[in-house]
Amino acid sequence: MLCSAGDVLEDDPVGRLKVFVYELPSKYNKKILQKDPRCLTHMFAAEIYMHRFLLSSPVRTLNPEEADWFYTPVYTTCDLTPNGLPLPFKSPRMMRSAIQLISSNWPYWNRTEGADHFFVVPHDFGACFHYQEEKAIERGILPLLQRATLVQTFGQQNHVCLKESSITIPPYAPPQKMQAHLIPERTPRSIFVYFRGLFYDVGNDPEGGYYARGARAAVWENFKDNPLFDISTEHPTTYYEDMQRAVFCLCPLGWAPWSPRLVEAVIFGCIPVIIADDIVLPFADAIPWEEIGVFVAEKDVPNLDTILTSIPSDLILRKQRLLANPSMKQAMLFPQPAQPGDAFHQVLNGLARKLPHDKSIYLKSGEKILNWTAGPVGDLKPW
Amino acid sequence: MKLSALQQSYLNRRSNSFRSSGALDSSSDSSIKSTSAIFWLVLHGLCCLISLFLGFRFSRLVFLFLFSTSATTNLYTSPFRTASELAQTLTVHSTPIRDLEFPPGNITSMAGGSSGSSRVVVGRHGIRIRPWPHPNPVEVMRAHQIIERVQKEQRLQFGLKNPRTVIVITPTYVRTFQALHLTGVMHSLMLVPYDLVWIVIEAGGATNETASLFAKSGLRTIHIGFRQRMPNSWEGRHHLEARMRLHALRIVREKKLDGIVMFADDSNMHSMELFDEIQNVRWVGALSVGILAHSSDADETSASVIEKNEDEENPESLPVQGPACNSSNHLAGWHTFNSLPYLGKSATYIGDRGIVLPRKLEWAGFVLNSQLLWKDAEDKPEWVKDLDALTHNDEDIESPLFLLKDFSVVEPLGSCGRQILLWWLRVEARADSKFPPGWIIDPPLEITVPSKRTPWPDAPPELPSTEKVVTGVQEQIVKHSSKTRTPRSKRTRSKRKRDTKIVDTRLPVRNSEQN
Repeated sequence: MLCSAGDVLEDDPVGRLKVFVYELPSKYNKKILQKDPRCLTHMFAAEIYMHRFLLSSPVRTLNPEEADWFYTPVYTTCDLTPNGLPLPFKSPRMMRSAIQLISSNWPYWNRTEGADHFFVVPHDFGACFHYQEEKAIERGILPLLQRATLVQTFGQQNHVCLKESSITIPPYAPPQKMQAHLIPERTPRSIFVYFRGLFYDVGNDPEGGYYARGARAAVWENFKDNPLFDISTEHPTTYYEDMQRAVFCLCPLGWAPWSPRLVEAVIFGCIPVIIADDIVLPFADAIPWEEIGVFVAEKDVPNLDTILTSIPSDLILRKQRLLANPSMKQAMLFPQPAQPGDAFHQVLNGLARKLPHDKSIYLKSGEKILNWTAGPVGDLKPW
Repeated sequence: MKLSALQQSYLNRRSNSFRSSGALDSSSDSSIKSTSAIFWLVLHGLCCLISLFLGFRFSRLVFLFLFSTSATTNLYTSPFRTASELAQTLTVHSTPIRDLEFPPGNITSMAGGSSGSSRVVVGRHGIRIRPWPHPNPVEVMRAHQIIERVQKEQRLQFGLKNPRTVIVITPTYVRTFQALHLTGVMHSLMLVPYDLVWIVIEAGGATNETASLFAKSGLRTIHIGFRQRMPNSWEGRHHLEARMRLHALRIVREKKLDGIVMFADDSNMHSMELFDEIQNVRWVGALSVGILAHSSDADETSASVIEKNEDEENPESLPVQGPACNSSNHLAGWHTFNSLPYLGKSATYIGDRGIVLPRKLEWAGFVLNSQLLWKDAEDKPEWVKDLDALTHNDEDIESPLFLLKDFSVVEPLGSCGRQILLWWLRVEARADSKFPPGWIIDPPLEITVPSKRTPWPDAPPELPSTEKVVTGVQEQIVKHSSKTRTPRSKRTRSKRKRDTKIVDTRLPVRNSEQN
């Protein structure tokens, strides 16, 4: 896996696939962005940058007849609260409206009912369009997207909101900001375990036990007095610099299993300690996460210090060496302009690997698989 | 992401969890105004109050038992699990529960059978705390070893590729302040991450005292005696030190030591960055040295001298010696210490009142590639003179620049002399000041004769007879033990073991008293 992983990371998708980008009215993308430009910097910004990348990429084709994949640029994660958190309540209707548009104006949707279309849904639980897991599970993936390929940040095995064919991507982390905080590599790593973030979400789960399935609270209660663990809820200005001075960086789940911490850990060479049961990590077919990071089951959190100190130092050095691989770091980023080997290219590689499409996705005339009236009543309202 | 949508989601959830149809209305404009909703609200409020009274969330238990037989709800876990989870949460959080947020999570968890094979449960989980939360010392040691190894690897990868041995030359002699100075240099050298050879050259012959000071350093040392005693004047001392350093250079030549030669005077202070910076030298390097011209006299400090100076011109008279560069970062000249303000006030003999002045260019500010000293090295440049040829008349050799025919080849280090990486300081006691040899007070105390003037200005006044001095010291010891006696006697009631201890400690005191 290791040898092939390295090759796959550096694959060049140009020439291996063609993508057609639908021209949707600007109310689906540009106008939304204009209303709130914060969408360009939050962790869900991948949908916007993917659109921009595809518009100017060599894989784009203006001739839909020769396209292998079809992309619909609809920014469903850009309806932000004053605090900056995206509300998913209108997203199903927006997506449905977009699909209605493309199915009526172009014949390609109806040809396959979306099996050769892909959508970027970077929200908490992907195309389930809800921030709360139980609600998301109840809704399930939007029925209209049953056959499409979903490019999403959420990934958990055997979960309703992750389809077999989905491509998991990292959340967006601003590349320039991280570059600006790089420190010399010879600065000795003196922090053993580092974490900054919430342990209890007092606003939404004051008792604890709900947020992060109690894992973050367990980390705090067990290790708050342990001098090897530099953990707190403070927001230091030296957050990025501190990560570069740490050997291990904790990446526990929050309300959703994924977090930008993973990206930051990989960029800054800090070994990620992933505490999220059954998580599916980004580009798992290209990046050997088992070799780079440490996986700790949520039930083993009280023994985290034993687990981490019993890792032999050769293995730690090996993980650090793999992390130092620049192609690994590049694959986690969404730089503007795009660079070879970055996350955009990994997505395209993933799409290219699914080609050629199976003949069975092409529906015979009159055949219909999708149920256009499925789902909650509120979703059927026009957007 | 939870805060703003909380209210409507809460209402939605409340209504949904008790409806068997499962049709969700996720629109943000929903407002449920049916009687059933109001009834549930009232019941909920009642449960709230009861929970507040009881101190835990009993409503979960109620719902669990009431609805566990219902066919419509998708209850996942068995009662065992919830009870134990409850117990766990109870042990952690005994705060009164605010029932605002989510109703019993377990009931609405795991909708649908598609995720039946997943072992991950949505809902409230216990917070696992191990009974003994303190770190295991063995694991802490292992963690530190891991960090050590990681840092070593970092040094190998990103630090210098082929670090050269540092050859340190230190002239010294036995005197009061020797232990202070030499220990300081020794500790600095012990921190240097590169290979090191320390040549300690001692005026007056190699002594055990000096050897014992650096015996436990773990450094590779070459201890050489120089058969001449250190004179009492600063002039003489500077001359002798120069000759001692030359002797050390001859040793480097004889032994063909390979590395970078630096001159660490025992009273100087070196920063760790200095040792990293000198690795960059090719043949001869010059560093900026901070000059701390210090007077041992409290009254006439150098501050008053400097004040006078500041009124006049010359704001540039920084106490720095070293290379001066032009705008293109090439060596253009030298900064030397401006000793004009101190003329007439400088110290002439060691321990004198007055400011100790440095030479024009101190040896400490130069580093050499040891290959320059060898008899026949392969690529020795032409501008270096041979060491043997010069040292026949080694008077007045002021600085290592004597080795060079052409001064322009000197490389300025520390970003062209802008960084000061070491400091020059001369602090000494008078030559006749007494100190216990090896700094060990070996009983029995010898009869000491106080000197007329000790280097410590707050020394007690001279005593007429010697015996009183001795008894004075012993009285202090006796008083000390008597002080400790009284608090301990209170404790002896409860802790008998201490009795024996008290007796034992008193014994050596008695011995000295008898003397």
